[in-house]
Amino acid sequence: MDQLRDKYITAIANAADEAALEDLRVQAVGKKGEISLKMRELGRMTPEERQTAGPALNALKDEINSAIAAKRAALADAALDERLRGEWLDVTLPARHKRRGTVHPVSQVTEEVTAIFADMGFAVAEGPRIDTDWYNFDALNIPSHHPARAEMDTFYMHRAEGDDRPPHVLRTHTSPVQIRTMEAEGAPLRVICPGGVYRADYDQTHTPMFHQVEGLAIDRDISMANLKWVLEEFFAAFFEIDGIKTRFRASHFPFTEPSAEVDIQCSWVDGQLRIGEGDDWMEVLGSGMVHPKVLRAGGIDPDEWQGFAFGIGIDRLAMLKYGIPDLRAFFDSDLRWLRHYGFAALDVPTLHGGLSR
Amino acid sequence: MKFTLSWLKDHLDTEASLDEITYALTDLGLEVEGVENPAARLSEFTIGKVVSAEKHPDADKLKVCQVQTDAGMSQIICGAPNAREGITVVIAKPGVHVPGIDTTIGVGKIRGVESHGMMASERELELSDEHEGIIELPSGEVGETFTDWLAANDPAKVDPVIEIAITPNRPDALGVRGIALDLAARGLGTMKPAQTAHVAGDGPCPITVTIDDDTRQDGCEVFAGRLIRGVKNGPSPQWLQDRLRAIGLRPISALVDVTNFFTFDRNRPLHVFDADKVQGNLRIHRTQGGETLTGLDEKDYTFDAGQVVISDDNGIESIGGIMGGLATGCTGETVNVFLEAAVWETVQIAMTGRALKINSDARYRNERGIDPAFNMEAVELATQMIIDLCGGTASDVTVAGEVPNVSRSYRLDPARVQSLVGMEIPEAEQRKTLESLGFKLEGDMAWVPSWRPDVQGEADLVEEVARIASLTRLEGKPLPRATIGVPKPILSPMQKRQQVARRTAAALGYNECVSYTFIDHTAAQLFGGGDDATMLENPISSEMSHMRPDLLPGLLQAAARNQARGLNDLALFEVGPAFHGGEPDEQHLQVAGLLVGRTGPRDVHGASRPVDLFDAKADVEALLSALGAPAKTQVLRNGPGWWHPGRHGAICLGPKKQLAIFGEINPRVLSELDVKGPAVAFSVWPAEIPAARRKATTRPALELRDLQAVDRDFAFIVDADVEALTLVNAAAGADKTLIENVHVFDEFIGGSLGEGKKSIAITVRMQPTEKTLKEADIEAVGAKVVEKVQKATGGVLRG
Repeated sequence: MDQLRDKYITAIANAADEAALEDLRVQAVGKKGEISLKMRELGRMTPEERQTAGPALNALKDEINSAIAAKRAALADAALDERLRGEWLDVTLPARHKRRGTVHPVSQVTEEVTAIFADMGFAVAEGPRIDTDWYNFDALNIPSHHPARAEMDTFYMHRAEGDDRPPHVLRTHTSPVQIRTMEAEGAPLRVICPGGVYRADYDQTHTPMFHQVEGLAIDRDISMANLKWVLEEFFAAFFEIDGIKTRFRASHFPFTEPSAEVDIQCSWVDGQLRIGEGDDWMEVLGSGMVHPKVLRAGGIDPDEWQGFAFGIGIDRLAMLKYGIPDLRAFFDSDLRWLRHYGFAALDVPTLHGGLSR
Repeated sequence: MKFTLSWLKDHLDTEASLDEITYALTDLGLEVEGVENPAARLSEFTIGKVVSAEKHPDADKLKVCQVQTDAGMSQIICGAPNAREGITVVIAKPGVHVPGIDTTIGVGKIRGVESHGMMASERELELSDEHEGIIELPSGEVGETFTDWLAANDPAKVDPVIEIAITPNRPDALGVRGIALDLAARGLGTMKPAQTAHVAGDGPCPITVTIDDDTRQDGCEVFAGRLIRGVKNGPSPQWLQDRLRAIGLRPISALVDVTNFFTFDRNRPLHVFDADKVQGNLRIHRTQGGETLTGLDEKDYTFDAGQVVISDDNGIESIGGIMGGLATGCTGETVNVFLEAAVWETVQIAMTGRALKINSDARYRNERGIDPAFNMEAVELATQMIIDLCGGTASDVTVAGEVPNVSRSYRLDPARVQSLVGMEIPEAEQRKTLESLGFKLEGDMAWVPSWRPDVQGEADLVEEVARIASLTRLEGKPLPRATIGVPKPILSPMQKRQQVARRTAAALGYNECVSYTFIDHTAAQLFGGGDDATMLENPISSEMSHMRPDLLPGLLQAAARNQARGLNDLALFEVGPAFHGGEPDEQHLQVAGLLVGRTGPRDVHGASRPVDLFDAKADVEALLSALGAPAKTQVLRNGPGWWHPGRHGAICLGPKKQLAIFGEINPRVLSELDVKGPAVAFSVWPAEIPAARRKATTRPALELRDLQAVDRDFAFIVDADVEALTLVNAAAGADKTLIENVHVFDEFIGGSLGEGKKSIAITVRMQPTEKTLKEADIEAVGAKVVEKVQKATGGVLRG
């Protein structure tokens, strides 16, 4: 029996291919194979002989079967290896092209600002870009003769002959949205109003359309100290710099009283602006306590309610945070610019995941 | 508003440094825009004495001077004709920068002789245009700095000029005294007493003044004037000329310079007429419309009706409170002068000034508001100054109208400062602040000074207190959350749609653009806009004249610009408003996408191909799906003319509810906008998509079938104009429970089918629910499919 075993195990190990292996299988354990024949002889044996020869033959059959299976796998493996050796691609060739889209910095920064203020309970209010002069000026305590009107470089819409209403304007700020929201929702109120605004100005640092976000918080006891805290929290979160310093300076806006311009701490190193360090100040924002006349225009009783408002440029925030040099390029849609300064589709700013990557 | 430090010190007694003053000004709300300190650029120049001056051995016009300086004896070569022994000079040692020639002095040889510095002329130091010779000082010690010498002997030359921005509410700060008052209130010094004058008249004024009845109201409140006879008008004294020059004004003559002085010193515009050119008396009245006047600026002005002017017997001579007329203006020959100080109604000044487009210092102040209570004092002070500078004798003052009473008071609520500003300021300090600004306190009522027209309520008192106390002292205080707990979402459904559309388009490979919302007339017309209602009255260029009716023209123009730069394969999108009219509610949200050129650069895989409308369709379907649009929609061909008429589809819910359009851009539009095709695009109107009906977050249970689905293919021959969707819908309708999906996998046009025919091949997937399908069941459904398709399209099964 051992001789038989050695013969087949050796032969199987030496089988060159699948066909030789199959031949061996037939020879050994096929219907008429050597081992099968031996098994047939079992019937003729004595019970004692059968007791030893039976299990031994079965074991031999199993051993040969598994040796064949193992060899077959080894042969297949070797064949695959052989095939794989021949299969070689130049993987340094370029892949099939996939376009990579981007989100514009104005949209990205608007979402960043929204994420921060949403956490402080501010909703987002929107309004029309073409608005009446009442919403854009009068309601904001800028009567028609007010010098601020002339200073704002307002775009006016054409008025048809015979239509005696004052011409509509392209909103010069998003403040008319504040009035509309006060009218619609009353107090208490917390909203930010982001969106495009217009001034008839075009040079190095001005474009006739740009973007602003204004904030408005109305309640019974909101003070300018709350405004300062909110802005400090905002700047720290937005610029992702803890403890960024701000400076409030008295100023004047017709729609707030008292009014303050707000500077943030910065420095200039080799012509590069750095926010949140150094001894210089950069003016970034106008703000103040909402003027009683403005509250009244929005249908809110100034004897009962008070609050703050502020306004800041979204494009400007984007320029400061992401080091974008030229405002005019924002609106030029140069593909190279869009790719360089744009954001990936899944870069959704959140407070838990961080505003920027 | 510009002023010099010494001018400020006429009114303010202060030891504060220039830096302290400028810091305080900005902090007070009088933002410093610039400081020009001549001393800073002259700080390195020192005084020296020329000990000897010998002719240069090799140059006739040069001298070799030995000069005593703080660094010992220096040899300096000089070409000035006045360089000579014994004079006191201003030295620039090597290394010093000379501003007038923008050069840093070095040690050098001039015609072979060494020179260790330079002796400066006035022009080289930017002190004047004088360059005839070097400066010869009448005094001064060797080594003394030149700026110290100037400060002691010619202070105007080193007087720092401060420029501040004045917000429209602060006319009082348009006079140097008003600025001084703010600084004094802040504690940076004390106010010097205001000058007073009284010049007794020698008889009635021969020129009388009247104000028409209709002009008293909203026109001219009061007009005071007097004649000063026998003046000698010439250049004003040096100190006055220096002051005016320092703040950028040109000295003209003593009489005119006096009026300019009061304009800037006390925010008090005045006017002087040459009395000999005035015919008869003066009358203040409203214009009829159409009259003309040549102003002092030598420009001609034509009046509208109702503007307020001053006339004599010859007609209009001056535009009240805005600009005098050339004909009656003062000149060097003026002997008799009529001085005017009036109070004009501010709104009328603003309107007239704007209508006539005159931006004078007088208009600027009169429209913001001058101190009416100062009117009569101003006449006296100006008279005194004219007599001091030009001599002459004054008549009595003639007055028309009345000085308006602007007195008013508001309650000072000390707690309001705490509540509104959030700063603790003791009541005593609040009262002191207001008093130092000129308010009079009676009990808790604060009477507003006559020069502060901006203070109109209690909130203004708070502002004054906080401003003087300094907002830099303000400490931030947390704003409590409006509600306790996790903040609720704040975006509206439409705001979410905008965000989803934007991020989906970017994920589909499009680059977001933000374009100007105004475009040129031609482009607007191409896209159904360009009418007068959407036209800007005052566009900054013809490229930006009309509000965009659609986002696509902006994207197409962007594509043309990119193509001009050699960037030809583009996928651009924009999310933003488009305008279907000129009223506030005539704006709607649009998402637009544009594909131009090829799907990508040529590549080894042969994957690059020109973009086609099915690219746009795939993307618009992805967008609609992301925005929650219903899966079942119609595709109509009723889009507007900027689409290719046969190659666009409008995705609709019924014939009137258009959710989106995709397709090729009409080649005519492409050529108008200089875009090289192919160009396909889509527009989506997110507001048209019906809102989701369900608020619940749970989804319907997933039904998975264990039974094998069966696919059967069919090919139909139909007329070429039969739409695949019609065929698909017909097939799907054959057995609505069994047929899960019908999918077009091939289209074949013409060839053996003959003209006007095409073949459409579909796969019908049948999903049994109860039992495995037998061949007979499948056959039955197949027959139904063929029958339905034939009925709907006339198509027959392809043999």
